[in-house]
Amino acid sequence: MRKDSTARTLIVAACMCVVCSVIVCTASVFLKPIQDVQREADKKRNVLMAAGVDQWQGKQLGQLSPDEVIKAFDDEIESRWLHVETGEFVDEKDVPPECLDEVKAAKSPDEKLSTKLAEDSARIGRRAHYRQVYLKKTDGRIERLILPIHGKGLWSTLYGFIALDGDMTGTITIKSLAFYQHGETPGLGGEVDNPRWKVLWVDKKAFDESARGTDKEWVPVIEVIKGAVAQDDPRRDYKVNGLSGATLTANGVRDLVKFWLGQEGYGPLLRELKRGGDHG
Amino acid sequence: MGKARDALLKPIFDNNPIALQVLGICSALAVTTKLETTFTMCLAVTFVTTFSNFSVSLIRNFIPSSIRMIVQMTIIASLVIIVDEFLKAFAYDTSKSLSVFVGLIITNCIIMGRAEAFAMTNSPGISALDGFGNGLGYSVILLFVGTMRELFGSGKLFGQEIFRLTTDGGWYPANGLMLLSPSAFILIGLFIWGLRTWKKEQVEEER
Repeated sequence: MRKDSTARTLIVAACMCVVCSVIVCTASVFLKPIQDVQREADKKRNVLMAAGVDQWQGKQLGQLSPDEVIKAFDDEIESRWLHVETGEFVDEKDVPPECLDEVKAAKSPDEKLSTKLAEDSARIGRRAHYRQVYLKKTDGRIERLILPIHGKGLWSTLYGFIALDGDMTGTITIKSLAFYQHGETPGLGGEVDNPRWKVLWVDKKAFDESARGTDKEWVPVIEVIKGAVAQDDPRRDYKVNGLSGATLTANGVRDLVKFWLGQEGYGPLLRELKRGGDHG
Repeated sequence: MGKARDALLKPIFDNNPIALQVLGICSALAVTTKLETTFTMCLAVTFVTTFSNFSVSLIRNFIPSSIRMIVQMTIIASLVIIVDEFLKAFAYDTSKSLSVFVGLIITNCIIMGRAEAFAMTNSPGISALDGFGNGLGYSVILLFVGTMRELFGSGKLFGQEIFRLTTDGGWYPANGLMLLSPSAFILIGLFIWGLRTWKKEQVEEER
């Protein structure tokens, strides 16, 4: 058979395809379990960070292996499914199976899985009906509430967690804000990752204390301003310094935080918790 | 012996794939803001060029010339997928920051170029050396660009602080341009200038 005959060409092409696909499949099948652990550990490490757990069994969080991160998570954190609209926790078995993949549910145009947002300040289009939220408890009392948030910055969607103080008798305080995935410009918008900026969010108040009892009580008022917050500003607890050179990213962060704390986001849950509903 | 040495060492400075042939520029811009991702990218590309050259050379006498490009592409793509899967399993954070650029190794002209220009006409051993050498040539430039960009753009090397930034209370005001892609063009240009001053024979004649 000649090297360039049609039959020969087809045989070579077919053999190539079989050999290559066997190799690729083998790699993929054998590595999948390890990849799944890595992916899970990555997410759980971010929840632990937001919960303020920086070490486990004497080891720094950054030095834990993926398996240890998962163990630390199981020790420290309780995950609950939330029906966002009513603000009620539901058992995992009561969540419709197709809602368990939050990312998929939020993308689906099916109104049973997610809702199209009328007021979409975070610019995310749709919001899933069910979300997984995380509780850090001490002696059966919620110490921190860790909520997944996302929204558009300048170039990309930012994904992260906001942690709130579990003690809601007074006003609701932010304990941490961190993003684990975004595509903002390094050095400009990417400064949302800078620990020196993130620390500015700690102990800021999300809702206006003086509006308690009025219809503005549950309207988030936290602002990201241009420049630095003045020390003598009476409303400094509601303001965070902006990021110089990254106003649009900072505005995006402000909008998405306000969105998720608002009535389309976790507002109903916060009301429930503040009322002291049965959320043991 | 001389031929093997040439195949391995020539691509580093004498016939550098980026500096002389100006191939594979795209990823040199995209993944060089941090040395850690740069280094991983270099390893990945070197692995792929070495083994794609080796595999293509191994079956070069069976490849019908009408579909030779597709056959090369299939081999390269398979190798890249394997690299990607390994990174996701063992270097998850780096693979996250490299994101789509691992997959884009498939379209790196250096790899296809070496398979077509060298591996199709040479024996497997020397082809593998040539692939490895070209991987090194690619790495030299990428590491140079990556070092400059991370050092002057964020004051760090491999994530370790070298210059303390003004935003952290230090003395060095970060050069934001270094973090943007155009700076890699400027750096590669400077590298080529330096290289051609040293090795005059690389200067192209003016027409």
